[in-house]
Amino acid sequence: MTSYPPPGDAPPADVDDEVLAQIALSRDEYERACDMLGRAPTDVELGMIGALWSEHCGYKHSRPLFHHFPTEDERILTNLGEENAGAIDIGDGWVAVMKIESHNHPSAIEPYEGAATGVGGIVRDIFAMGAQPIALLDSLRFGPLEDRRNRRLCTGVVAGIGGYGNCLGIPTVGGELVVGESYSGNPLVNAMCLGIAPHGSLISATAGPPGTQLMIVGADTGRDGLHGATFASVELDEASAERRPAVQVGNPFLEKSLMDACVGLVRDHRDWLEGLQDCGAAGITSSTVEMADRANAGIRIQTRHVPRRESGMTPYEVMLSESQERMIAAVKPAHVADVQAWFEHWDLHAEVIGEVTSDGIARVFDGEVEVAAAPVSVMTSPPSYTPRAERDHDAAARAGWDPGSLPDLDPADANDILLRLLASPNIASKRWVYRQYDHMVGTNTVVTPGSDAAVLRIRGLRQGLALCTDGPGRAVELDPYAGAARAVAEAARNVACTGARPVAVTDCLNFANPERAAIYFQLRESIRGMADACRAFQTPVVSGNASLYNESEDGPVTPTPVIGMLGIIADVAKSVPMAFQDEGDEIWLLGSGPEQSSASLGGSEYLSVIHGREAGPIEVNLDAEAALVNALVAAAEAGLLKSAHDCADGGLAVAICESAFVGNIGAVVDAEITGRLDAALFGEAGARAVVSAGPGADLSNIGIRIGVVSGDRIQLGPIDMALGEASQVWTAALPDLLDG
Amino acid sequence: MRFAVLVFPGTWSDWDCVYALEDLGQTAERVWHRETALDDYDGVILPGGFSYGDHLRCGAIARFSPVMSALERFAASGKPVFGSCNGFQILCEAGLLPGVLQRNASMQFRCQPQQLSVERVDSGFTGACEPGQIVQLPISHGEGQYFAPPQVLDELEDAGRVLFRYHGENPNGSLRDIAGIVNPAGNVLGMMPHPERASDALLGGTDGNYIWRSIIEHWG
Repeated sequence: MTSYPPPGDAPPADVDDEVLAQIALSRDEYERACDMLGRAPTDVELGMIGALWSEHCGYKHSRPLFHHFPTEDERILTNLGEENAGAIDIGDGWVAVMKIESHNHPSAIEPYEGAATGVGGIVRDIFAMGAQPIALLDSLRFGPLEDRRNRRLCTGVVAGIGGYGNCLGIPTVGGELVVGESYSGNPLVNAMCLGIAPHGSLISATAGPPGTQLMIVGADTGRDGLHGATFASVELDEASAERRPAVQVGNPFLEKSLMDACVGLVRDHRDWLEGLQDCGAAGITSSTVEMADRANAGIRIQTRHVPRRESGMTPYEVMLSESQERMIAAVKPAHVADVQAWFEHWDLHAEVIGEVTSDGIARVFDGEVEVAAAPVSVMTSPPSYTPRAERDHDAAARAGWDPGSLPDLDPADANDILLRLLASPNIASKRWVYRQYDHMVGTNTVVTPGSDAAVLRIRGLRQGLALCTDGPGRAVELDPYAGAARAVAEAARNVACTGARPVAVTDCLNFANPERAAIYFQLRESIRGMADACRAFQTPVVSGNASLYNESEDGPVTPTPVIGMLGIIADVAKSVPMAFQDEGDEIWLLGSGPEQSSASLGGSEYLSVIHGREAGPIEVNLDAEAALVNALVAAAEAGLLKSAHDCADGGLAVAICESAFVGNIGAVVDAEITGRLDAALFGEAGARAVVSAGPGADLSNIGIRIGVVSGDRIQLGPIDMALGEASQVWTAALPDLLDG
Repeated sequence: MRFAVLVFPGTWSDWDCVYALEDLGQTAERVWHRETALDDYDGVILPGGFSYGDHLRCGAIARFSPVMSALERFAASGKPVFGSCNGFQILCEAGLLPGVLQRNASMQFRCQPQQLSVERVDSGFTGACEPGQIVQLPISHGEGQYFAPPQVLDELEDAGRVLFRYHGENPNGSLRDIAGIVNPAGNVLGMMPHPERASDALLGGTDGNYIWRSIIEHWG
């Protein structure tokens, strides 16, 4: 065995700026690595350190803030950040496993493959734990769809998500599509996956004791995706298109076989394994080094044994390739042949590429030559940064603007304004998107896309799972703390509308360059706001992902923390739909209103679409939000609700419309509309929901009766229009924009 | 009845079909594509999915799987064979049914509830339906546009081998709105929609059970 430090290639006396730029390592960080190693790193070591210390893998700017999050309660089975995904006890011997992750930069360059491989990556995170993936959600942000470039990104991303997810047989049950100016050129593509497994059957992403064999299974390794982790950690610019080789190409068929084989292996032969890990960002480097780190061990990798799809690959390329559909299994030595035979059933080949050692050093060999020998602890100790934070003056000024300074809307314009809002891509029906996704395979989808949250049953269990994503970026930009708290509140409200009690959160932090004070302020305050809201709903954060440096030549993206929320319904047969059901049912408004203050218009879709303003105060009342959640869950469990839908984008008027459209039945609101009309109809005050109940049901302890489900018109204050006309505008808006 | 539910690499509606049949009191077993005997079964299901990732063409590689010779013998024996979605595509590629399934006319994947008209109720697959009945079954496919030369379409229609047509919207551009056809003997049905997804009231519909119950009543 070669002694440490290795004789390998003579380390460069000084490293070029260009080399450091390629791996997005600063000069200071390079020197930190040299200090920790006691020498200059070899090329392969430098590549490995660069990848593991990238923002994408190392969370340099975000990790110091994670302590704000509540992460524990009696249901939570994993520690935040220690496994591929977070696990939640859902009762009766079952656990749910979930995580959300971004694939923003690859999707900006190559929308179809970028989005497709985003789905592939998050699915592997779930089955790496031995859980069966049963649901996908996708939270998407694009620039205005009138722009051909943004349309191309949107249609490509949606096709890519469908192309990959549909092939896997995992239903895509929900998500969001939001349009905003700042996402032009830097779309956000966040994919969330949820899996289930019997309690006690999960497997850790650990390497196991010395002698454990490390096997790679799945795709051969190519040059695709080199420096993908690095690419995800810098801003996009004109030259980004040249980074196309950093975008991976997906093979969902291979992933399907890999998933079936891995889930079956953990289910039937968990005793053959020490651990299982997917090859994600930074490929074999991050998977094996992180596994070793969890086991307090070292590793020895022989790059010559890694099956390749291209000839002439260097050890550097093998270690940093981000070829998709690969897993690393840590296998007990006596069961290597068993594991190989197991994968052969699916025509998959598992090869031993290394083993676990006791010296704490990550050693990489190219045949006889040792090309890297650095302590695992160095590679997994990126620096952490707490930059200066300062609130953006422009955003602060806009948040301080009073929407009450606008004249109220003219009642004669109310119909037209409603129609314009219904045609806004942020409010319009998303059927154009979700009908391209198989949302029914697996025959568990009780509430399909287009509702507040999706609901899934689990065969044999009485309880059901509710899932949604929410990320109101505009509100976060105006007030990062309150906006991010609102993101959690909206997600909690959405799952509660189905009758589910919110139980856990996974989050995807999409922000711009955190080295700038205004951006770091957004990041820090958002995390604080999310954390406080999560405490209010008793929904710990179990997993997540930070995607920073989301900037294009046009500037930074709107700060967009996306919340993925899991809720549990005690009896899935009692899940509540969003649609109005029957003529004569009574409509109730839970929470405050209908009269609202002008402040409720702050950051609203009404101000944006009708007045071209993204401004005003962002208010959030977590006590009221938690009370609403309790009221919704209790009413659903008591069987009182025939429909429930939260008041969010577009306010009360849009909420009534959407329940009416989906139910294909009209609504007559006879409650008097007082105060400012714009705020009452379109204000977005939180902690409100529109529900319906059978005639005679009394919900007066939690809300006020405002009208009746009836006929084929929408009548609300000055609004009076045919259901069919309004519904058509709402339904046709996205197809008209995107199929043109 | 005892059903074999064939599983190719990439198949994904296998469990859904197993559960739908079990919920009706039948026995259903997943059978890996390398099996070479189906003699012990009373019916065979080819479920949906993306066998072999739809590489080359949908179903084009699966037709060479070892189990396919056994399937041909099974079909010739007169026992029921039912292919849905990718199963329909495989049956066409294998020559057990005429025609091909092309890319949807919209060029997009479509997953949605779909109304179908039941064209005849005196077949083994539709005996439980009422004459003129409209059923609602989900579709979920990117390549479901049924295509065949005009004389083949005429033959199918003249022989009463079109069992289901799309009612209302034609979601994929299929010629003559064809959603499901049988072989001349009437014991091999291929259709794009998914009856196994409409076999449980909790999931919003049970019209799929008309097909399962028809099979069980006719062949069971």
